[in-house]
Amino acid sequence: MKRLDALRAIHDRLDGVAVVTIMGAVAAELQSLGHRPNFFYLQHAMGLASSLGLGIALARPDLAVVVLDGDGSVLMNLGGLTTLARYRPPNLTHVVFDNESLLSVGGFPTATSTGADLEGIARAAGVGRAVTVRDTAAFGAAFENALAADELSVVVAKADAEGPAGYVTDLHMLENRFEFQRWLASTRPRAQA
Amino acid sequence: MPVSLDASRLIYDALIASGVSVVSALPETWLVHLIRLADDDPGVTLVRLAKEEEGVGVSMGAHLAGARSAMLMQNHGFFAAINGVISGAMLYRVPLLMLISDRGSFGERDPWQTEGGVMTRHLLDAMRIPTTVLREPAAVARTIDKAMTLAYSALRPVAVLLDRDLMWEDAPA
Repeated sequence: MKRLDALRAIHDRLDGVAVVTIMGAVAAELQSLGHRPNFFYLQHAMGLASSLGLGIALARPDLAVVVLDGDGSVLMNLGGLTTLARYRPPNLTHVVFDNESLLSVGGFPTATSTGADLEGIARAAGVGRAVTVRDTAAFGAAFENALAADELSVVVAKADAEGPAGYVTDLHMLENRFEFQRWLASTRPRAQA
Repeated sequence: MPVSLDASRLIYDALIASGVSVVSALPETWLVHLIRLADDDPGVTLVRLAKEEEGVGVSMGAHLAGARSAMLMQNHGFFAAINGVISGAMLYRVPLLMLISDRGSFGERDPWQTEGGVMTRHLLDAMRIPTTVLREPAAVARTIDKAMTLAYSALRPVAVLLDRDLMWEDAPA
């Protein structure tokens, strides 16, 4: 499956959801489908997108939070999976695009290319709902189920090791960061505001 | 255990007074009471980390979502979090209150803490992180309030080093 097709399949479904992506291809491809103020692209701090999503999910239990992660980033913060599982925010969906490659920095194979199983790792970390999907239709369905479930979910999406030609867009990191913060504030329940 | 419960309570109360509702932490001897206070407080979300760098992500998310947070860690935990501090909190201009136990400094009896102890201030300085040392119980509330104020006005990480004189009730050597 092409990650771009997978993102296209869920793009409409991301309306009203706090979305945190990793750097590189995931960020550039999601932007190419149409940026929204509820999308935050963590362009560095590799590994921390899931931790950042956890922080949002815990601070805003009223809000659905989706993290669009990658195999290289997850492998860099495997301990973070155990933290996610420990607090298991029911409003958090953790998507991991697994292309078995550090695509954005030259395509070096990651350990998922030699057998590391991210769904299995997530389960063993204590995540109750984890699934691996290999085509766009299955991904769309798994994502829908994860959003509907009142439980922390991990969706590992096996994807081709292909990305866009470039990763820099005209949306500056700080513009994105403040816009996203304002969007989060605008959706805060009145009692919390 | 001669970790000061009184000082821990002062620090904890100061964090709450400065609006903290999310605390991320990795245990270390000097921080045990502080972490227990956070754990026992239904008004605070305590996130027990596997590694300190995660806490930078948690604090970034909490901040963007409108919650004030603090990280509790040992100086070696700060070392482990440096990439996240630079490429997360600094790059994205996120306020980050770091309470760091200043292990390995004067009075340290554990030989394994001493190498880190000589590095702590240099690393904080090299990263241009505003840093203050908390030594006197009377200064705790005001110092933590000022640290949080600066973190929010500058949108940057700020470090409060917890000194042995404050945290540890040593028997005379």
